Amino acid sequence: MSEVAQHYPPGQHPDMPPPAGQRGVLLWLRTNLFSSWINTLMTIVAVYLLYKIVPPLLDWAVLDAVMNAANRDECRQLGSGACWAFINDRFSILVYGFYPAAERWRVDMSFILLCLALVPVLFDHVPFRKPGLIFSCVYPLIAGWLLLGGFGLQPVGTDEFGGMMLNTVVGVTGIAFSLPLGILLALGRQSHLPIVKSCSVCFIEFIRGVPLITLLFVASTMLNYFLPPGTTFDLLLRVLIMVTLFSSGYIAEVVRGGLQAIPKGQYEAADSMGLKYWQSMRLIVLPQALKISIPGIVNTFIGLFKDTTLVLIIGLLDVLGIGKSSLADAQWNGLSNEIYVSIALFFFIFCFGMSRYSIYLEKKLDKGYKR
Amino acid sequence: MKKTAFISAAAAAVMAFGATAASAATLDDVKARGELRCVVSTGLAGFAYTDSAGVYQGFDADFCRATAAAVLGDASKVKFVPATGKTRFTILNSGEGDVLWRNTTWTFVRDVDVKLTFVGVNYYDGQGFMVPKSLGVKSAKDLDGATVCIQTGTTTELNLADFFRTNKIKYEPVPIETNDESRTNYLAGRCDVYTTDASGLAATRSTFPNPKDHVILPEIISKEPLGPAVRQGDDAWGDTIRWVLNATLAAEELGITQANVAELAKGTNNPEINRMLGTEGDLGAMLGLQKDWVVKVISAVGNYSEIFERHIGPSTPIALERGLNALWTQGGLQYTPPFR
Ligand SMILES: N[C@@H](CCC(=O)N[C@@H](CS)C(=O)NCC(=O)O)C(=O)O
Repeated sequence: MSEVAQHYPPGQHPDMPPPAGQRGVLLWLRTNLFSSWINTLMTIVAVYLLYKIVPPLLDWAVLDAVMNAANRDECRQLGSGACWAFINDRFSILVYGFYPAAERWRVDMSFILLCLALVPVLFDHVPFRKPGLIFSCVYPLIAGWLLLGGFGLQPVGTDEFGGMMLNTVVGVTGIAFSLPLGILLALGRQSHLPIVKSCSVCFIEFIRGVPLITLLFVASTMLNYFLPPGTTFDLLLRVLIMVTLFSSGYIAEVVRGGLQAIPKGQYEAADSMGLKYWQSMRLIVLPQALKISIPGIVNTFIGLFKDTTLVLIIGLLDVLGIGKSSLADAQWNGLSNEIYVSIALFFFIFCFGMSRYSIYLEKKLDKGYKR
Repeated sequence: MKKTAFISAAAAAVMAFGATAASAATLDDVKARGELRCVVSTGLAGFAYTDSAGVYQGFDADFCRATAAAVLGDASKVKFVPATGKTRFTILNSGEGDVLWRNTTWTFVRDVDVKLTFVGVNYYDGQGFMVPKSLGVKSAKDLDGATVCIQTGTTTELNLADFFRTNKIKYEPVPIETNDESRTNYLAGRCDVYTTDASGLAATRSTFPNPKDHVILPEIISKEPLGPAVRQGDDAWGDTIRWVLNATLAAEELGITQANVAELAKGTNNPEINRMLGTEGDLGAMLGLQKDWVVKVISAVGNYSEIFERHIGPSTPIALERGLNALWTQGGLQYTPPFR
């Protein structure tokens, strides 16, 4: 207390702790949860809802759940919660589909390599980035070899692909190839060359005017009527092409938005410096346009990844398809919650990862310009 | 003028190509490919579903295996192509599938206008209704104003409209793509009634958490002969499928089972058994198959009754009685022409 009585020269007073109620937990509670009577009411309602939802959910998912059982009846005897034993039992086909059991390490391997190949592409302050990028470029060939076999590995047909692995293959391929294609289409749409421009416009408008499911259906069934008899054109390849074309149409429009937001002065500045078209795009216009387009691009990719479940309609069994046909197994009567929750978790992890990365990227690229 | 003539000629050529692609000898295609592409449902308990090893199981799946055993001599050489009610015919007609074993009703329009050939009936069925017991409904005629879950692209959809019209009652259809979605919607109470083939109702009910809370109403409102179908215009392939089905029925009739087929194939003094199993005559060669094709079929999946009991019979959770599907000698409709 003696400090208070003391006199200090102006500007020399030491910092004092804020009075009780104006600091720490209490302050935080007061400003965030109880700042007005509306806020207080909402806090109480939210706490009540959490109280109603969380404990039963926890009971279901963890406390009363059964991890190991031979079938549903045994599960029900062992506990009243989720029967994760079902997922346990189906785990390998949900992940690998019909991929031969002895060869599944190849799927794991290509997934691990995928993660490694993504690092230099996604982040720039990593060791060995240059050689890493070369690895990323040849990764598609390596993955193709690992998954399909040949050259010393036992060949595996694409009709044995299924489950999460199929979703990942379709999603990653679609994402990797539709970005460059989409950028080219966006540039084409802005082009001064009439033929390039009209082709791009027609393509984009066609793609955007037709639902993906129709394109997939055309790819799987109609194409056979037009190809000469005897040609076999891999169904998965057709799907990959359609998915890539489809999402490139959307990417093109997102990127066009970015291009149009770049002030005309930037284009003119590039021209006045004597840069050729591709140089000015590569060095000046695209880096700025893509930066603004990131949220839209990632949005499209997330949509694309979730759309991979549509392949069920043309007879490919992705993770959802396998889940559905597993549900019809009388051994595991009616455990749809378990299956759908697990599948939802799988998609959530991937999609949430993508959206976090997009936020990271926006922050990183925004540095100099933050307003 | 010239240009349009050229374009239409090109279009005609493409169509002709397409037509040949679809009607080429399927048997040869299958043999060359070494794999049978068999269209099944996307998941219906007892009829087609995947087990924990990712292998298709069920009544329809076993008929696919029987076909592969007959044609390729190996029941495992099947690629299962799952199809919904809406997509199944397109998948077959485009050549993505060789044969349809997917609880599909043989109807006039499908046989004639959709350009399929139905070659037999592996399950005689009829459309029924399922409702929660708590609704207290005793008859389908009490369903005035009900919301009804139905699968699109099925005969169910059309029968339902007919039934409600003739009985002058109103209903609200909820069209759904796959059986699993219907199941989910019905359980969530988004529809009061689920209607489909009675076998499908029993199969779906067996997967409910509490099957006892749901009743299947007594009315059967249609005839649903479910059978295999192939593309129209390939009679030889149709014959193959027809006689694979007949072989399972004849085997039941003659007492040939999975257990004794190897023994009987050494020769018996019943000439029909001998003809079937290839120790007399050469019925197999007439179909373009091996002599022992029936032996392969029966040792892979058993006779009709064995397939039935294994997947949908009284000892399974689906618990369907043979009923109409008993052999003709036991008061049912299953009757095969003679192997002669
Ligand atoms: N027999 C009827 C109905 C066949 C049908 O679609 N049945 C449903 C329920 S019994 C089914 O198999 N669904 C499985 C699926 O959705 O793939 C028809 O041929 O149109």
